[in-house]
Amino acid sequence: MNPTQRSLSGSTQSPRSQSSQPFLSVSVTDPVKLGNGVQAYISYRVITQTNFPEYQGPEKIVIRRYSDFVWLRDRLFEKYKGIFIPPLPEKSAVEKFRFSAEFIEMRRQALDIFVNRIASHHELQQSEDLRTFLQADEETMERLRSQETGIFKKKPADLMQIFKDVQSKVSDVVLGKEKPVEESTPEYEKMKHYIFELENHVAEAQKHAYRLVKRHRELGQSLSDFGKAVKLLGDCEGNALGKAFSELGAKSETLSMKLQKEAYHLLMNFEEPLKDYVRAVQSIKATIAERANAFRRQCELAETLKLKEINLDKLMLTRSDKVGEAQLEYNEAKSEQAAKTFETIVRLMNEEIVRFQEQKTRDLGIAFHEFAKGQARLANGIAEAWRSLLPKLEACSSS
Amino acid sequence: MMNHETQQDYQNAHLHVPHDDMETLVLDDPSNNDQSFSGHLQPSQPSPRSPFNSFLDPPSYAEAVFTSFDSSSNGHENPDLSSRSNPSNSDYLYISVSDPQKEQELTNSLVPGGNTYYTYLLTTRTNLPEYGGPGSEFSVRRRFRDVVTLSDRLSESFRGYFIPIRPDKSSVESQVMQKQEFVEQRRVALEKYLRKLAAHPAIRTSEELKVFLEVKGKLPLVKSTDVASRMLDGAVKLPRQLFGGEAVGAVDVSEVAQPAKGGRDLLRLFKELKQSVTNDWGGTKPLVIEEDKEFLEKKEKLAEFEQHLSGVSQQAESLVKSQQDMGETMGELGLAFVKLTKFETEEAIFETQTARAADLRNVATAAVKSSRLYRELNTQTIKHLDKLHEYLGIMLAVDNAFSDRSSALLTVQTLSSELVSLNSRAEKLEAASSKIFGGDKSRLRKVEELKEAIRVTENSKLCAEREYERIKKNNRSELERIDQERHNDFMNMFRGFVINQAGYAEKMAAVWEKLADETSTYSKDSS
Repeated sequence: MNPTQRSLSGSTQSPRSQSSQPFLSVSVTDPVKLGNGVQAYISYRVITQTNFPEYQGPEKIVIRRYSDFVWLRDRLFEKYKGIFIPPLPEKSAVEKFRFSAEFIEMRRQALDIFVNRIASHHELQQSEDLRTFLQADEETMERLRSQETGIFKKKPADLMQIFKDVQSKVSDVVLGKEKPVEESTPEYEKMKHYIFELENHVAEAQKHAYRLVKRHRELGQSLSDFGKAVKLLGDCEGNALGKAFSELGAKSETLSMKLQKEAYHLLMNFEEPLKDYVRAVQSIKATIAERANAFRRQCELAETLKLKEINLDKLMLTRSDKVGEAQLEYNEAKSEQAAKTFETIVRLMNEEIVRFQEQKTRDLGIAFHEFAKGQARLANGIAEAWRSLLPKLEACSSS
Repeated sequence: MMNHETQQDYQNAHLHVPHDDMETLVLDDPSNNDQSFSGHLQPSQPSPRSPFNSFLDPPSYAEAVFTSFDSSSNGHENPDLSSRSNPSNSDYLYISVSDPQKEQELTNSLVPGGNTYYTYLLTTRTNLPEYGGPGSEFSVRRRFRDVVTLSDRLSESFRGYFIPIRPDKSSVESQVMQKQEFVEQRRVALEKYLRKLAAHPAIRTSEELKVFLEVKGKLPLVKSTDVASRMLDGAVKLPRQLFGGEAVGAVDVSEVAQPAKGGRDLLRLFKELKQSVTNDWGGTKPLVIEEDKEFLEKKEKLAEFEQHLSGVSQQAESLVKSQQDMGETMGELGLAFVKLTKFETEEAIFETQTARAADLRNVATAAVKSSRLYRELNTQTIKHLDKLHEYLGIMLAVDNAFSDRSSALLTVQTLSSELVSLNSRAEKLEAASSKIFGGDKSRLRKVEELKEAIRVTENSKLCAEREYERIKKNNRSELERIDQERHNDFMNMFRGFVINQAGYAEKMAAVWEKLADETSTYSKDSS
């Protein structure tokens, strides 16, 4: 099953193109279950094909596991503030135990999409961490992965708190309450409001999409049971009527299989993209939180700089020996301000939101198309199956 | 029920969203409407692709000609049964039950305010000669108790026939349900029952049914009394049917034609019980055995049929539930997309969002249409597969008819062995009295009494045998009747079911193909 969202970086050429157009194409394949019981995990083959000069050679294959992808995501999130980092599939500690084929395939697909989105993002694809991820040997990767406690990892609880803060701030502003140390340009407010609302709507759609998958399975099961029961009835009749019953029963069972197949297709090609949409929106919320932090930091910095300047002047006047230290601090603060972290984030976010909207329209369009095709295919299959039964029934009833 | 809520929501959404395509949510396109309910006979306009267009509205609707006549039935119309069992469709007996009304019990009761009960208006339209010939139309008010009486009388008069089972008394439900709901449920059940009676070739022209449908005022059929009161007056007027050789009363020999009931027939009941035990143990060889192998085979086959039918009926129920769930979830999905559409439209900053909103709207429309189609499909499926439940009811009637036969046989056997024992006693007495020279006056008198008892018993036995043969004959003819009917009924049921499924699948395919078309720019191949 091909991922629906893969896009090549820069050009639309195939990975094996010999032209000098730069390309970076990755595929996540071959999931293999390793380890036992609680320690069990899935490892994936990550194949990179590229002609980027920074990369070693045209092709490289490494083995990675889910936590490696998490490492990459976290690093990118820290380094590229303002950019909407592509989302990862959920950790899901429970399903891990069961590791159904379906779960494994869904995860593989999602991870493949994740990496390819990074590889096709004009900024993210330059990332050194990405290069490490795609090329480092397994021991190095393991070492890096286990280093990640504390410094770069934000605990989920912290993140949650930030989300809550942002949410309450959004609602405060919407309600007209004034709160200091919060940027409140109307465009940005609108965007935040949009993102938060969007999550609710998409989550609901995804919920129903998931249920729809279940319904397909249930209907398939019911048809199968019904078919079996009708067959039994047919067996005890014996004559032409019995034959008709058997045909009916057999048809029901055939259709049951069609339904199960469509349920899987629906899951992979309609529900998953919607889930991906939800994840993407959540990732944007994280970026929004980062922006709020950066804004606060900027305000604090402005304050701090003023104080430090006053302090420095004072110290210089009194010719204190603390001047050197104070000067250093002042310079530090000044250079941080010069980094214009917040402005960068704003600029990036504005670009990102455009890219996001375009991408989402395209992604959803594909998902809708697949949904429509799948349902049409199913309906046609059902219609045809029943139609083909009719002449047989006619033959039986005339006897 | 979902119908109303979602209609409201659609209309609300309709207000805020650009009109063009949303219109299709609220309004139906011509090929896709709900008027299949109103019993129109013409199929909807032909769609170019399907050669089976005429099947989209299943045959059963063509039969629902008299929907307008039946003002009270609201979608539970069955294809009229009475036209089915008659080769000439011109004979009809249509009954409808309507207008439930509360009435007061007139007889004084201990509770002040009295007992209330409901009566129903039974309206009959017929052209049967027994009912007064063509164009007869009349009505009468009856209460449920009257229906019970009718049912009991029919059970007695039509032993061996497959008599439709009457609706339950269901006293528990009447406490639990809302009064209105319960009354409506009962009305529907009564209607179904009476129509089944009207469809039965023998019962439709019976005196009992005629009286029930025609005679205004109090129902002039004898009510069956309960066991307790029977026991009381049994002590007074016990017609000794089978006794231990005592006084010869004027026994109404035809009484044996009825199965032993409680109360006054206690004695007979005991004797027959003893006989059946004897039969089972195989102690004395039964004098009349069920020799009809064909019957026994048939009985076994029917038992098997009933078992599997029950299985199919169960699975049919779960199939219906799954279809319903599918329709509901599809509808909810559609609704979620309606909300998304509205949201994206209102909040659109970018061109691409407007494009997406259009896509979302298309998906919403398709999902909502599909949901409606599932619901329609399901309503039809229920009607078709309802036949299965009907046949489970028929199987009950068959069981009753077979019990009639068994109990009639038992009566014959009991009488036979009674005869045997009476004869042997008579012989013994005669032999004993002949030893005494000149005869023994008292013994001779006893012999005379015995001989009289033997005569009566012989007559009873003849009667019982006649009854048994009659029941056997009824069984046979009924079996033939339902064999044929069963074949037709099931063929029609499955044909209807299949046509239905095919028709609606076609309609759904059209909906989704349209959406695929609308989203074809996004196909993977063209990115």
